[in-house]
Amino acid sequence: MRQPVLEIRNLDVGYGLGDVALRAVRDVSLTLHRGEVLGLAGESGSGKSTLAYGVTRLLPPPGVITGGEVVYHPENGSPYDVLALGDRELRAFRWAETAIVFQGAMNSLNPVHRISVQLTDVIAAHQPDLSARARAERAREMLRLVGIAADRMDAYPHQLSGGMRQRVMIGMALALQPQIVIMDEPTTALDVVMQRQILRQLVALRERLGFSVIFITHDLSLLVEFADRIAIMYGGRIVEEAPASALYRDALHPYTAGLLGSFPALRGPRRDLTGIPGSPPDLTSMPTGCSFHPRCPKAFEPCPVTIPPLGSPDTPGGSTRTVACLLHPATNPEVR
Amino acid sequence: MTPSTSAVAPVSEVVLDAAGLTKHFPVRRRLRDLLSRHAGAVHAVDDVNLTLRRGQVVALVGESGSGKSTVARLLAQLHPRTGGEIRLNGEAVTVRGGRRFRAYAKRVQMIFQDPFASLNPVHSVRYHLTRSLRIHGRAGEGKDGLDQALTALLSQVQLTPAERYIDKFPHELSGGQRQRVAIARALGAGPEVLLADEPVSMLDVSIRLGVLNLLRDLKDRLDLAILYITHDIASARYFADETLVMYAGRLVEGGDSETVTQRPAHPYTQLLIDSAPDPDRVAGAVAAEVADRGDGEPPSLIRPPEGCRFHPRCPHAMARCTTDLPIPLPVGDRDGHWAACWLYGEPSAEGVAP
Repeated sequence: MRQPVLEIRNLDVGYGLGDVALRAVRDVSLTLHRGEVLGLAGESGSGKSTLAYGVTRLLPPPGVITGGEVVYHPENGSPYDVLALGDRELRAFRWAETAIVFQGAMNSLNPVHRISVQLTDVIAAHQPDLSARARAERAREMLRLVGIAADRMDAYPHQLSGGMRQRVMIGMALALQPQIVIMDEPTTALDVVMQRQILRQLVALRERLGFSVIFITHDLSLLVEFADRIAIMYGGRIVEEAPASALYRDALHPYTAGLLGSFPALRGPRRDLTGIPGSPPDLTSMPTGCSFHPRCPKAFEPCPVTIPPLGSPDTPGGSTRTVACLLHPATNPEVR
Repeated sequence: MTPSTSAVAPVSEVVLDAAGLTKHFPVRRRLRDLLSRHAGAVHAVDDVNLTLRRGQVVALVGESGSGKSTVARLLAQLHPRTGGEIRLNGEAVTVRGGRRFRAYAKRVQMIFQDPFASLNPVHSVRYHLTRSLRIHGRAGEGKDGLDQALTALLSQVQLTPAERYIDKFPHELSGGQRQRVAIARALGAGPEVLLADEPVSMLDVSIRLGVLNLLRDLKDRLDLAILYITHDIASARYFADETLVMYAGRLVEGGDSETVTQRPAHPYTQLLIDSAPDPDRVAGAVAAEVADRGDGEPPSLIRPPEGCRFHPRCPHAMARCTTDLPIPLPVGDRDGHWAACWLYGEPSAEGVAP
């Protein structure tokens, strides 16, 4: 087993406190290993972005982390809980250890500053001893890394295309060589051709620099091809987690199966597809028991009552995966 | 319902037909342009021919900025066009507004991408649908007639029981329900043609197919002609009988959906299909699969490339491609499959620039 780099244990994230609180992420445990691409898939409102922002403590109020811990394992040094960091330590941790490429990253560049200023800004904040020339050299290197000619350094964001802006964002995320890069829907605003180019580049960069990626998207078909492991979120919980190929070949949770069946195939026979009936749950009025049961084609009596625990199923190769479904009772409902 | 195969479907009646559709948007002149003779223009759509038939779905596939939404807006007569002709049931129509526009809109309706923006947040479902029915004179007699018409509309889009939805406001509905209301509003006019501009791309993945299946069901029951605009070529294969591929304002390939997606002829279509996510491709193969093909940037439409607009990115570009505009040429063994690409042209003498 590879070394873990980030362990999320029983994380609870909500919006608001008291009676009006909304539990967006419920009891999520997830481990990111060194050098791996972990895909996090789910529909809007499933809590996948909230999880990412909770882990990095970027959640704006009224978002609050109500429980759990996030243990970070630095490359050398002893592991520590990100949630317990003080302001100063947190500031040092951010971007140097984990970087985020935000949703709609194309619009997260400041339009009134040149690319060079924005790229060197990160470096200046974290390595104040570095000379201006060294910073500029570093920024140029980052641009080269993501395939943008260094002479675009002095361009303004509006002078770059959407794909180039996205690359700049990725370059910026890698500027301090973080261990973890969180990508929140990084390619949804891009065309498929550009999307594939950027993903290809990301794969190559990961091989070279050895960082781990948490890749958040609603496009499961993309993850199957691109991620090492995939975790599926629904209604704030992880309902299934498995190696990408195992998940695609043999989805255990009915929601995963439904999600996989929601993408028309480009090859093979043309099948009639149905998607999943109903709509995603409303976080203010979550169904009892398994939150998927009102939409589930395989729901049976205990589903509306019992919350299925996440555990390894009793199937061949079951030890490498977990699922939270009463159809696949866990052999060891452990907390991973 | 089974996926329809258009190749064997009988040729049905043409409802809406566009020939040589062209739209250039003027670009504001800057000081330094004053001396130059040419006024700049964005060549958003150039010479697009398409035909919508009763009971059939035509998909228009392309990247963002390829002009596919402009085509829909031209067909809906929301923009005046620069050139070309639009024929509704064989009759050339140009409307600028007023009564004639309403008469046109009664027969050609549009569905927009974002149901969060296309419904007015301060009005209820009842208001939206009533307005559509009233404007197009389909509200029936008295209050009972209206109620009946409203219930019928909502049940057509599978929002039943109607009472549960009729007095809701847009924010009380999910994305899929909102898009269904938008579809119901379009149906309120009793149209013959639906122009659906990315109708599902803003919706959650698990409910997209529900909306697409609904549109297909409506097409069959009401004998509608549908133009389905999308960037997702896999959904075009699933939903449409015929697929047209658009690049930088021009159509580059067309044919029945199965042929275009399984045996793409134009290098751009091939690139598009190779780039689409494909779970059957194993993880890790991403790097090797699509070798370098251009820089992935569509060209500027203010000064589009001479000749074929795809040639700067095309791996098969020849000298001829940089000078001559490719004409639609028949390809493959299936009728109606064509590509605007010189790879399929006769090596003719006049093609070579003197």
